[in-house]
Amino acid sequence: MREPKDSYLTNGYSLKSWLLTKDHKRIALMYLISISVFFFMGGLYAAAIRLELLTPGSDLLQSATYNKAFTQHGILMIFFFLIPSIPATLGNFLLPLMIGAKDLALPRINLLSLYLYWIGGLLTLYALMQGGVDTGWTFYTPYSTTFSNSYVMAVGLGIFINGFSSILTGLNFIVTIHTMRAPGMTWFRLPLFVWAHYATSLVMILGTPVIAITVLLLAIERVVKVGIFDPAIGGDPILFQHLFWFYSHPAVYIMILPGMGVISEVISSFSRKKIFGYEFIAFSSIAIAVFGFLVWGHHMFVSGQSIYAGLVFSFLTMVVAVPSAIKVFNWTATMYKGSISYDTPMLYAIGFLGLFLVGGLTGLFLGSVGLTVHLTDTYFVVAHFHYVMVGGQVIAYLAGIHYWWPKMTGKMYSEFWGKVSAMLVFVGFNLTFFPQFILGYQGMPRRYASYPAEFQVLNIFSTAGASVLGVGLLMPVVYLTHSIFAGKPAGDNPWMLPGLEWRTQSPPPTLNFDEQPVVTWEAYEFGEESGLDLEEARRAAGRPSVV
Amino acid sequence: MQTDSWIPLFPESASSFSWQVDALYFYLIGISVAFMIPIVAAIFWFVVRYREREKFATPDEIHGSIVLETVWSIIPFVISMTIFLGGAVVYYTQYRMPEDAMQVYVVGKQWMWKIQHETGQREINELHVPVNTKVKLTMTTEDVLHDFSIPAFRTKADVVPGRYTYLWFEATKPGTYHLFCAEYCGLNHSGMIGSVVVMEQNDFESWLQGNASNLTPVEQGRDLFENKLGCASCHAGGSGQRGAVLENIYGKEVKFVGGSSTIVDDEYLRNSILNPSSQVVEGYQPIMPTFKGQVTEEQLISLVAYIKSLSGVDASATAPSAPAAPAPAPANNMGSNSNQGGR
Ligand code: HEM
Ligand SMILES: [Cu+2]
Repeated sequence: MREPKDSYLTNGYSLKSWLLTKDHKRIALMYLISISVFFFMGGLYAAAIRLELLTPGSDLLQSATYNKAFTQHGILMIFFFLIPSIPATLGNFLLPLMIGAKDLALPRINLLSLYLYWIGGLLTLYALMQGGVDTGWTFYTPYSTTFSNSYVMAVGLGIFINGFSSILTGLNFIVTIHTMRAPGMTWFRLPLFVWAHYATSLVMILGTPVIAITVLLLAIERVVKVGIFDPAIGGDPILFQHLFWFYSHPAVYIMILPGMGVISEVISSFSRKKIFGYEFIAFSSIAIAVFGFLVWGHHMFVSGQSIYAGLVFSFLTMVVAVPSAIKVFNWTATMYKGSISYDTPMLYAIGFLGLFLVGGLTGLFLGSVGLTVHLTDTYFVVAHFHYVMVGGQVIAYLAGIHYWWPKMTGKMYSEFWGKVSAMLVFVGFNLTFFPQFILGYQGMPRRYASYPAEFQVLNIFSTAGASVLGVGLLMPVVYLTHSIFAGKPAGDNPWMLPGLEWRTQSPPPTLNFDEQPVVTWEAYEFGEESGLDLEEARRAAGRPSVV
Repeated sequence: MQTDSWIPLFPESASSFSWQVDALYFYLIGISVAFMIPIVAAIFWFVVRYREREKFATPDEIHGSIVLETVWSIIPFVISMTIFLGGAVVYYTQYRMPEDAMQVYVVGKQWMWKIQHETGQREINELHVPVNTKVKLTMTTEDVLHDFSIPAFRTKADVVPGRYTYLWFEATKPGTYHLFCAEYCGLNHSGMIGSVVVMEQNDFESWLQGNASNLTPVEQGRDLFENKLGCASCHAGGSGQRGAVLENIYGKEVKFVGGSSTIVDDEYLRNSILNPSSQVVEGYQPIMPTFKGQVTEEQLISLVAYIKSLSGVDASATAPSAPAAPAPAPANNMGSNSNQGGR
């Protein structure tokens, strides 16, 4: 046995030992801190937006400021928090551990992708300090190319560079999953978290170049005045929307598939039940990634595209909703006849099921083309995508952080505060976003700094909910940080789980495993076949903990 | 008027197809509830019934079930197809333009809506229409994207620079309804709002009278054509001229140099004025100068209306028949809506 202190965290304390590390676990931690900073900043903008919308007039923020607030909120949240969120932190940390590898296949590339993320992020922050950008995160032309006087170029460049970070991460994951699996780790023994990341990586490497090219074209038009998107100089503004959504629709799957992967792990682990329909969940991830490339037009139903294009995109949108439904059924069925414990990660995961269900079902409303003509560009859309992106991915991210925190840090956080935060986030989230569905059907347009007085009551609910949500999201920052210094030691495998990441010490050593693991059990086998000494663990744990 | 509706929290429903959108909405709510109740109930039931009784227990394995997977793939698929079909039918009603509608022209501009009636009246940020009459909007913008959205009618469409988009509705209840710009368009986007005023036929007639009209679009177009822009120097007087014959051209097929062809519609006419060399009709030289930058979107609309009138497609032919006798109109429909002129 090695000394417990000897881990990836103790392998050098200098700044240089972090900044030049090739250890996927250290890189993951640096990502974790960086995306948290961006999340916090995006959150400040959100707070400003919600406060402004407390009253119908545009009094707290003038239109000019408000427009920048929602644009920058969107840009920070989507490109600098949500897209890297699970893949760059949990994915980076866990993928090698889960497949029994020493590191990712391309450790230097991994560090490079972190640096690209930082450069893109800093450039964007610089642009925001200089005066910011007001085009909406969607950069629709010709407003963004010809009319906006804000820092479109600098932010565009930031997103462009950040895109390469995403491409490199995706590439690294795919190579790693193909080449670095431990002996015995067959494709169908991979945890679903790994399958989800495989699908995500496909989207990252196939989709991201398109947004890079789009941003580049935008820059060319803005600087050299070549007519690409602006009809005044011979371009086509709708072309921009096609290019933008060709990436950005698949990108929404970058923002949910990893979350689905986390939920598969958590639900199975805390029900101590093999996941129901493993192959169906695995293949539905791939199906979502592939079909996700065919539905971009459902963001453009009222853009002036032809009726027939609208019908085709509506049809395909309905088809792509089915794999998501399959996953929800399988997760629910996994709990049947399980042994379910109510630890914090599980509470978050159950919250995810409820919220993702609402998000997915309202996606059907928006995919039904006759209905979406009324709903698009209203608060209904805002509510829908927050249900999937926050209610889905962010909640899954929190579930994952709580689930693997003992592994990452070797420390246990306060279960009590964990549960309180899970509840607050769930309640606050619903109070914030559910009223927006009603507002949307009533017709309140999105991106409005001021609005007719009749919409005020529901907006007050929404702002009140946002404060609860804000508190719920800040709490983990406090108690998780506290646990690093004062938490109980977690032990290597606090929940007696079979996954490879639980079979090494917490926190893991720099090379992950003391000896090369060999896999002889199927995924999600919680019993004796997995070779874990459950009797011993039960004795050590004493009485069962029924809550 | 804009605040009260028959269900609290539910918007006024005031167009011929708005009930269809509402029906679709309630159908989807029904389906959502029908999905959520069993799933949420199952989650609660499992979480309570199968809660942990022994630490690190190993419940029996269940691998999955092909039958169940098939069933719960097919059922959502079938349901989603009903949603698709319902949506498609409604969409078709919303977005297929009727032949026999009253024409109104809309030009969006940061940050106002400029509206022009076939009879010459112009308004800004207000659109007056008669009840129970099909109205077709032909829309474009001078600058960025906008979106003409009328929640009470359950319809909207983007307004795109460089081309025409169309919207139609038939209002079923007199009243004043919100008009929003729903596509983000810069600084004062949330100020780009107005109202659609739906009036009884008689009131509308007297509103028209009360707003002593300018020249109608056709008349303005003729003026531009014959005098201001000098189109007539090449296009008047039938064949033998240097310019193509424009009489009776609307709705016909034209053949281009190079072999392709198209049906003449508004879009084609607009484009021929702005980019004449992009589509030269067989038998003519590419000598027409571009008028890009010389004509405004409103003038273009007038020119197109005039050229259409040369084919007998004109305002009076398509306008709905309305009672001719002007009735005394309520004062509030008059005064404040006096003619507001152009920009
Ligand atoms: C069941 C699956 C889903 C369906 C059927 C669906 C459907 C749709 C549709 C049709 C729209 C266009 C709405 C409109 O503008 O009128 C939309 C918008 C959007 N969806 Fe989804 N969606 C689904 C899942 C997701 C997921 C998983 C995410 C992200 C994690 C997501 C994020 C978004 C975003 C960000 C927008 C709005 C983008 C914008 O206009 O700014 N959706 N969705
Ligand atoms: Cu606008």
